[in-house]
Amino acid sequence: MFPETGKAVVRVLERLGHTVEFPAGQTCCGQMHYNTGYQAEAMPLLERFVAQFKGAEAVVVPSSSCVAMMRDHYPKMALALKDRELQGQVNELLPKVFEFSEFLTKGLGLEDVGAYYPHRVTYHASCHGLRNLLLGDGPVRLLKAVRGIDLVELEGVEQCCGFGGTFAVKNADVSGAMLADKTTAVLKTKAEACTACDNSCLMHIQGALHRQKTGVRTVHLAEILAGEEGVQQ
Amino acid sequence: MSGTALDPKTAPTFPMAAKTAMGDTQLRKNVRHATDVIQAKRARVVGEMPDWQELREAGKQVRQHTMENLDFYLEEFEANCTRAGGVVHWARDAEEARRIIVELVKASGSEEVIKIKSMTTEEIQLNSALEAAGIHPFETDLAELIIQLGQDRPSHIVVPALHKNRHEIRAIFQREMNLPELGDQPHDLADAARMFLREKFLRVKTGVSGANFLIAETGGVCIVESEGNGRMCLTLPETLIMVAGIDKVIPRYQDLEVLLQLLPRSATGERMNPYTSIWTGVDAADGPRVFHVVLMDNARTEILADEEARQTLNCIRCAACQNACPVYRQTGGHAYGSVYAGPIGAILTPQLQEMHYAQSLPYASSLCGACYEVCPVKINIPEVLIHLRNKVVKQNTAGVAGFFDVEAGAMKAMAMIFRSERRFRAAQRMGRVAESPLVGKDGWIGWLPGLLGGWTQVRDLQEMPKETFRDWWERRGKNGN
Ligand code: SF4
Repeated sequence: MFPETGKAVVRVLERLGHTVEFPAGQTCCGQMHYNTGYQAEAMPLLERFVAQFKGAEAVVVPSSSCVAMMRDHYPKMALALKDRELQGQVNELLPKVFEFSEFLTKGLGLEDVGAYYPHRVTYHASCHGLRNLLLGDGPVRLLKAVRGIDLVELEGVEQCCGFGGTFAVKNADVSGAMLADKTTAVLKTKAEACTACDNSCLMHIQGALHRQKTGVRTVHLAEILAGEEGVQQ
Repeated sequence: MSGTALDPKTAPTFPMAAKTAMGDTQLRKNVRHATDVIQAKRARVVGEMPDWQELREAGKQVRQHTMENLDFYLEEFEANCTRAGGVVHWARDAEEARRIIVELVKASGSEEVIKIKSMTTEEIQLNSALEAAGIHPFETDLAELIIQLGQDRPSHIVVPALHKNRHEIRAIFQREMNLPELGDQPHDLADAARMFLREKFLRVKTGVSGANFLIAETGGVCIVESEGNGRMCLTLPETLIMVAGIDKVIPRYQDLEVLLQLLPRSATGERMNPYTSIWTGVDAADGPRVFHVVLMDNARTEILADEEARQTLNCIRCAACQNACPVYRQTGGHAYGSVYAGPIGAILTPQLQEMHYAQSLPYASSLCGACYEVCPVKINIPEVLIHLRNKVVKQNTAGVAGFFDVEAGAMKAMAMIFRSERRFRAAQRMGRVAESPLVGKDGWIGWLPGLLGGWTQVRDLQEMPKETFRDWWERRGKNGN
C-alpha cells in the first residue's frame, strides 16, 4: 500500500551499512482480524510470520501498530494454539522484532542518521508506538537531528487520530470527530507535512487533509530520514 | 434529556446514540471542559508521586488477589460485619437486590430515604423501584440531585452531571426549588442545595448508600466523597441500608493505604478527598442503629469465571479512563446507554448483561490505550475489549445466519488472501483494477460503497500504488541495485 515507506526503510538501513532482505512470502501480521474479534482468522498469519522471519538477525517493521500486535498478542496466540514449537519460535523471534525508529534509537543507539529534509514538519505520536511500544521521545530525537528540518510541536500530540482500524468505519461519526480535532491541530502548526511511525494513522489523517483541500501532506518518518541533500524530495 | 433510565436492554447501538449525542454542541463543550479540568488536576497530583507506577502495580495486585479469592473474602466480610452488628443479605441479581432493599425500607417504617451517590443503585435502577413501592428517594450528592431534579440521567461515574454547566444547573434549581432569583456562582448553587438538603437530612429516618470498599478483615465499610453529604446520610438516619457489588470487597484494612492513595488522585485529582468515612457495624452511642448490607452478584460471578475478562472486576470506579478516553470526550456518557460509560462501561456493561445486550460497546473504542495508561489498578482495557469483540463475533457467526454476514465474509476472504503469497500478489493487482472506477483524476477516491462508506464520510482514500514495494524490490534485484 505504501511502497515509498518500504523503499525509504531500505535506503536508510543500507546507508547505515546494513544488509536488507525482504522475504517475499510475507503478507500481514493479522492485527485487523485480531482486533476486530476474528482471532481464529489471525492464527495462520502468526504461523506465516514466524515461518517467514525466523533466522533473521533483526526484523525491522515500519509500523508501530503491527509491532504492538506481535508483542502484545503473538505469545498469547501461540499459547492458545497449544503448539510448543511455535511458542518457542515466537519467544525467540520477538526480541528481534523492532519498530523502525526503535531499531535506530534503541537497537543501534543512533539519533543522527545523516538525513536532510528542508521542510516544516510536525510529528503525531501514534497510540501504539506511544503506549504499547513506549517509543517515548525516540522519534522526535531522530527528527531533531535531521538537517534542514523545521520541526514544530503538535498540540494534543498524544491524542488518538481516531483511526483504530475498523473503528473508523464502524463508528464513523466519532472517528470523524476525533480526526477533525487532529487535523485542526495539524493545520495550526502551519507544517507542510505531518509525520508519524505508522502509515495507518497517516492514511487516516491524510484522507481528511486531502478532503479539506489543505495541501498538507503526510509522510512516514522513514521517508524523512531517507532524505538526502541533493536528492529531490 | 428524558427521565427514562439508562438501560442497556433498550438502548440504541453506540454508533447511533453517539451520532445523536454529538449533535448537542453544548453537551460536547461541557464534557470536554470538565474532562480537561479533571485530567489536568489528575496529571498534577499523579506527577508529584515518585512511586506512582509501583502504587499502580500494588493496587493491581491487591485487586487481583481479591478476585482470585473472592469467595473467601466475602465470607470473611460477612462474618465480621455480622459480629459487629450489621445484617448481611445476598442478592443474586438486580431484581432480588431491589426487592430486599424495598422490604428493608418498608420495615424501617419510612416512606422516604436519603441517598448517597451510588452507581450500584443506578445500575439496578433502584429509584424507580422505590417510587413504585411508594417510597420517595432523595438524592443528596450534588450531582445526583441535579440529575434527579432535572429528570436527567448520569453520564459519568464520579461526576454524574458532568454534562451540565452551571448555567444549566441554575436553571434546574430555579425551576425545581422555586428560587427565581438564584445566582449562578458556584457558592449560590451550593447554598441552594444545602438549604434544600438540610431539611431532608434532619427529617428522613432511613438512608441508602453504596460502598467504595468492604473490608473483609474488620467487616468495616469505607466511603469516600467530597461534599460531606454522604457522611450526613451515614450518621443521621436510624436505619442505613447499603448495597454493594461483590467486587467491592478488599482483604485488609491496610490495603486502604494503597487504594486511598490511588483513588482520589485518579478520580478528582485530589491528594485526598475531603471526607473518608470508615465504620464497622453499629454502635449504641452513635450513628444508625440498624445497618444492612446487601451484597449483590448481578453477573459478577460470570465475569469472574472468564479468565481473560476477570480484570474488569478490579475496577475501583475512579473514572480516570472516562476522562482520558477520546471517544467518551466526543460523545459524553449517555451514548453508552448505561450508567457505566466510557472505557470501563464498554467492557463492564456488556458483561453485566452477560453479552446479551450492548454488543456494540466493545467496538466503541479506537484501542488507543489512553484508558490503560491512566487506570490506577492497571486494567488492560484494550485487551478486554478485544476479548469481548471476539465473543461478539463468535455469537454473530454461529449458526446459518452468520454465513451471510458481510463483515465476517470479508474478513474470512481477506484472511485467505493473507495466507498465500500468490493470492496476496493477485489481490494487489486486482485491487487496482477493482478500485479504478472510483479513482478520481488526482489519484484519490472520494466515495466508497457499503460498509466502507463510513470512511469516505469525511476522508478521501489514495488509490493503490502503481508499483508495489514488492515489484520495486524485485525489479531492483534484477537490475543489480
Ligand atoms: S477501569 Fe480503571 S480507570 Fe476506569 S474507572 Fe475503573 S479503576 Fe478507574
